[in-house]
Amino acid sequence: MAIFLTKDSKVLIQGMTGAEGTRHTARMLAAGTDIVAGVTPGKGGQAVDFAERRVPVFGSVAEAMAETGADVSVVFVPPRFARGAVEEAVDAEIPLCVVITEGVPVHDTLRFWARARATGKTRIIGPNCPGLISPGQSSAGIIPADITSAGRIGLVSKSGTLTYQLMYELRDIGFSTAVGIGGDPVIGTTHIDALQAFQDDPGTDAIVMIGEIGGDAEERAAAYIEQHVTKPVVAYVAGFTAPEGKTMGHAGAIVSGSAGTAQAKKEALEKVGVRVGKTPSETARLMRDTVQTR
Amino acid sequence: MDLYEYQAKELFARHGISVPPGQVAATPQEARSIAAELRAPVVIKAQVKTGGRGKAGGVRLAPGPSAAEDEARRILGMDIKGHTAHTVLVEKATGGFEEYYAAYLVDRADRTLLAMVSSEGGMDIEEVAATKPEALARMPIDAASGLDLETARLLASRAGLPEDVQDAVAATLVRLWEVLVEEDALLVEVNPLACTSDRRVLALDGKITLDANAAFRHDHAAFADGSDDGGLEARARAKHLNYVKLDGQVGVIGNGAGLVMSTLDVVAYAGERFDGVRPANFLDIGGGASAQVMADGLEIILSDPDVRAVLVNVFGGITACDAVANGIVTALEVLGEGARCPIVVRLDGNNAELGREILGDAGHPMVRVVTTMDGAAELVAELAAA
Repeated sequence: MAIFLTKDSKVLIQGMTGAEGTRHTARMLAAGTDIVAGVTPGKGGQAVDFAERRVPVFGSVAEAMAETGADVSVVFVPPRFARGAVEEAVDAEIPLCVVITEGVPVHDTLRFWARARATGKTRIIGPNCPGLISPGQSSAGIIPADITSAGRIGLVSKSGTLTYQLMYELRDIGFSTAVGIGGDPVIGTTHIDALQAFQDDPGTDAIVMIGEIGGDAEERAAAYIEQHVTKPVVAYVAGFTAPEGKTMGHAGAIVSGSAGTAQAKKEALEKVGVRVGKTPSETARLMRDTVQTR
Repeated sequence: MDLYEYQAKELFARHGISVPPGQVAATPQEARSIAAELRAPVVIKAQVKTGGRGKAGGVRLAPGPSAAEDEARRILGMDIKGHTAHTVLVEKATGGFEEYYAAYLVDRADRTLLAMVSSEGGMDIEEVAATKPEALARMPIDAASGLDLETARLLASRAGLPEDVQDAVAATLVRLWEVLVEEDALLVEVNPLACTSDRRVLALDGKITLDANAAFRHDHAAFADGSDDGGLEARARAKHLNYVKLDGQVGVIGNGAGLVMSTLDVVAYAGERFDGVRPANFLDIGGGASAQVMADGLEIILSDPDVRAVLVNVFGGITACDAVANGIVTALEVLGEGARCPIVVRLDGNNAELGREILGDAGHPMVRVVTTMDGAAELVAELAAA
């Protein structure tokens, strides 16, 4: 089992004909993803040949969904077109829209998020995220498929490379689904959404949660875990040495005054019984112990 | 990007919000001539991107030009919570007014915009929220529909503003909303928002944070200023590198913001055992990690005189470690003699062993290859402390 994305997911790629879109579509296909359509306004009727198959291009998300039954969209368009692309997917009521694009203006994210919340039909993951992967089943985004294997750990993370690091260190145990939720200040799917889905997923036994400085998503996740999560959770938080007021790579990774520090997040998580690794390797070790003592 | 008060007021004025007449000055003489032109008592305000200026003595009244010059001389160069006042704003003093508060900000938790209006301006809003919550109106505003005049009136009324000023304040609230949306701001705060005895509403202070992601659709470049990092951050920006100068001795390069933040932490932990050495910078070179980007990154880091050893920490995913290793080898060729201190490299992920072999075969005298992140941090801290 898995969350959000399974072997039955039919995936369309918004921006497939762009350089990034083409490159990653090829990788997703190689990972076994059932990619059924590309969407590029004005290029409907064309098709792109990949090693595995020929993927038809449609002019709109609605058309692609009607023709192919696609239920997941992965968005690779440049930042200035991201809002339009996501709103189109939301209006077409696609169940899952994964926004890989980095550098989307926050007001644009707020607006497409408000639209998705109003219609209530579309889960958004991202923006500025690596997407998600259910190893052995499907991959929607840019997470390398060949660093890990299928298994029963669920992972949710603000950071792409830390996700890869943990997936790689625990590759012998394997993952049900790894979800990169993104490092922007405003994101569609939160730690809590993923925790809830992993808790409900019979294919997931334990959860790794990776957080970083900025905002209070980890603190809120801790409160949620205390109330609702019975599966073991191991966490890691990055950015203990980050100075106040400086954005550390991710737009959302900033300590403002005394808010958003790694220390506060770690304390909140430990207070509800979550074991927090001091380094990524220690976090992997903690998860290994957790799974093996079950 | 946070703006200075005078820059925020420039944006306010562009959107039809009244601000006191004034100009920014970098020298006492300039302050004097601005005060002379204004022909009125002036306020001299330190331009620093932090709060608590008043308490620190960074805001002074001056009855005329010569007093303005004296006060500016006292304030310029002043350190306020680690921020140096390089300029002062000289503006016409406003007399006889009520002080209110208005702010819009991004509520990350609720993923919406939040409006806050209070009848208690001029003081710390967190204090108002704690001690007089009834004087603070908070309202989430839907990003898709925005803030209209009616909602603005409701805010003014809920905040307990006197009835006869509510219309004027509401009109200003709508204009401030335009600043937020049209300038792509993540924060707009006016404290105090003043209402004079003749019912004019004007922004006496202003705080704006602009969204760097939206820079492509604005002409905000003029607001950027060089910080006190010896120009390293500016040079890195010019090369499209995501670099933040820190105060330690270990240069850090990695791919991915989370991994780099994590690397800084691990280096700092290791440093606790080696003379307290600390990371010298944050530098994320992204997923591709090409030879040119690696060379640019190393070049910036090695030109930081504080750096005594460098840690390159890359996880090879889509770009596998052999490609990254070849990139490092080429980057070191490009750098030549510039590779002046030990460089510890840790590669993990796809083709990690192949990558380490490539570095081993290249045999660069400054390069040491370590397999784990913790081990690499340990070694680089030891080398930096030596």
